[in-house]
Amino acid sequence: MASQAAPDRFDFVRALKDAALAAIIAAGLSFPILALRAEPDIDNRLTLQGRWSWLFIAAAIVFVGRFLLALFDIRPRRKPATDEALPASAYRAARFIGPAGLALLFVFPLAVFAMLGPQGSLKWIDNYGIQILIYVMLGWGLNIVVGLAGLLDLGYVAFYAVGAYSYALLSTTFGLSFWLCLPLAGILAAFWGILLGFPVLRLRGDYLAIVTMAFGEIIRIVLVNWSVVTNGDAGISSIPRASFFGLPFTAGPNGFAATFGLKFSPIHRVIFLYYLILCLALLTIFVTVRLRRLPIGRAWEALREDEIACRSLGLDTVKLKLAAFALGAMFGGFAGAFFAVRQGFVSPSSFTFIESATILAIVVLGGRGSQLGVALAAAVIVGGSEILRELDFLKQIFGADFDPTQYRMLIVGIAMVMMMNWRPRGLVATRAPTIALGERRAISGALVEEGHG
Amino acid sequence: MDVFLQQLINGIALGSIYGLIAIGYTMVFGIIGMINFAHGDVFMLSAFIALILFLALTQFLGMTSLPLVFVLVLIAAMVLTSLWNFVIERVAYRRLRGSFRLAPLISALGTSIFLANFVYVVQGPRNKAVPPIFTNVIHVTAGPGGYNVTLSYKQVLIVGVTAVLLAAFWYVVQKTPLGRAQRACEQDAKMAALLGVDVDRTIALTFVIGAALAAVAGVLFMLYYGVVNAADGFVPGVKAFTAAVLGGIGSLPGAVLGGLLIGLIETFWSAYFSADYKDVAAFSILAITLIFVPSGLLGRPDVEKV
Repeated sequence: MASQAAPDRFDFVRALKDAALAAIIAAGLSFPILALRAEPDIDNRLTLQGRWSWLFIAAAIVFVGRFLLALFDIRPRRKPATDEALPASAYRAARFIGPAGLALLFVFPLAVFAMLGPQGSLKWIDNYGIQILIYVMLGWGLNIVVGLAGLLDLGYVAFYAVGAYSYALLSTTFGLSFWLCLPLAGILAAFWGILLGFPVLRLRGDYLAIVTMAFGEIIRIVLVNWSVVTNGDAGISSIPRASFFGLPFTAGPNGFAATFGLKFSPIHRVIFLYYLILCLALLTIFVTVRLRRLPIGRAWEALREDEIACRSLGLDTVKLKLAAFALGAMFGGFAGAFFAVRQGFVSPSSFTFIESATILAIVVLGGRGSQLGVALAAAVIVGGSEILRELDFLKQIFGADFDPTQYRMLIVGIAMVMMMNWRPRGLVATRAPTIALGERRAISGALVEEGHG
Repeated sequence: MDVFLQQLINGIALGSIYGLIAIGYTMVFGIIGMINFAHGDVFMLSAFIALILFLALTQFLGMTSLPLVFVLVLIAAMVLTSLWNFVIERVAYRRLRGSFRLAPLISALGTSIFLANFVYVVQGPRNKAVPPIFTNVIHVTAGPGGYNVTLSYKQVLIVGVTAVLLAAFWYVVQKTPLGRAQRACEQDAKMAALLGVDVDRTIALTFVIGAALAAVAGVLFMLYYGVVNAADGFVPGVKAFTAAVLGGIGSLPGAVLGGLLIGLIETFWSAYFSADYKDVAAFSILAITLIFVPSGLLGRPDVEKV
């Protein structure tokens, strides 16, 4: 522990002073915007309403936060300690997290169904299971681009949109089935990835980030305005549902329930969708894990660590980046097609920049390159806000118009800043070397020097 | 011709606002090589601060002299926004110098998300419509059958304030010790530190100056459009960044030139092609400039050394 090295590690008075100063600064800065709220009155004139309690609450939060930071001495370390390699036992334990989690994911809908019945389990499987798994899949898809190849893509949602609209348009216009459209959506998204990626992948990392963001926004604006094809802001509705190998999830005699002799219930379709997105997500991670062992995967990781070194060793960096971009886009497209078939409705408002930022936050907070971390971060960010939504006692404390989901992105923003400052490699920062002599050992991510490029 | 003249006037007024924001991007990029993604939201925050100060001065204190209120609001918003950006630099970016390259960008993205949602939560999601002020217009050409070209007081004010502040800012950067330190850090931070320049302080001041100019833009934006919203930081921010890139990132005259160009392109595009796709025009220019002329119109080419 670093704290034992410094005997006077915790100076109570200094921490209190420090926290008080931070609280005063926070209160002073946010005084006008926090304590006075501009609200239109009956004549639609803006009037100011004092709201001093908010100011005190904010100051108190800053005070407590700052004090806790000092208390636990969470200070950023510029230089990583050299003996930070994890013990081998921790690595062996970590090995079982993956299979155990996988088993849990497979059992989850059936267990919930058995416990709560068709009515009660619907919410859990749909709002939590499917919703989280979509983001897990998007996070894993983006992880190929950001985590493996080290390209910051701020427009990932564009490919999600391409996938969703591909399925929506192909199925409503040409009547193609979901199973045919799913690969098509992936191929189209990958194609768009190549098309957009080709001109920009020569750019430096931060320029690339901005240009991908611009592309993401362009695609959304086109979706809004090209009403002839996309129906504009209203979106495309009544998208056909997916069938179970030709058996539709309807109450009729040819439906899924009747064929298997079950009593019809909408929960069948939801459970089916759950397993579908689970399989898609597992496909993503399977491909990623296998690719990491191929020369191309190693080249990606080398590219992330040092692009100039890669180029001088004769790797075709543009081709490598394009491959990562297209592959990430393809999984985004799959997820998009799934999104369309689950909702039965797509509109441009589902594909805003904030969606890209959320997916990126999942990857960053989970640890770029770490599959488990990304899955955990998705569960926390997406599931956490769903749980907050249901906590009724919060409404009793803060009033009926208290909407915790508003605070989700606020917290995500703070978490991103803190993560970059304190654990720039994310929550799960260990890395297993792709090849190793003798026993494989996970090493702390802090030991891996990251290059500039 | 009349339509052209009118759009020219509108474009220059809008371009002045973009130019003011673009300076913040270009200065920060010049000195620490970071895209300050949160700058657009700092601009939006300043517009909200200005709105609330304006309401407080006119309603609580009952001030009636509009020019005086305007000047007070401008100064107060500049000071408060500068302090905000000073704290943001301290909390979110300072420790990340020397970290891997994308770390500051991700941190700035987090700051951007935080600021937009902070304002959204505390001020509500609805548009805030400001009572119209300085509504008078000057008729430039007034033909009975022809198109009426007008130059509003607001537009004169925007261009005037921008010109005065840019001149003052230019003086600071070119003639004062502070500006000299700033330019020295921009050329070579390590060497400047060896020669006794306090690099941390200089970088903090760069953020402060950038925020002060963004606050001016925020006040003028609120005045010009009469509506502010918590989501308003993103698109003007990207356009101002486009302006900085177009002018050559790191170059101060380039930022102003780029701002004016983006303002003109946007208004002419809306007038002659399609208002729906005006943002696409700006975003496309961003992509095209970065792909084909990454050093912009007035910038120096960026040489990457190992």
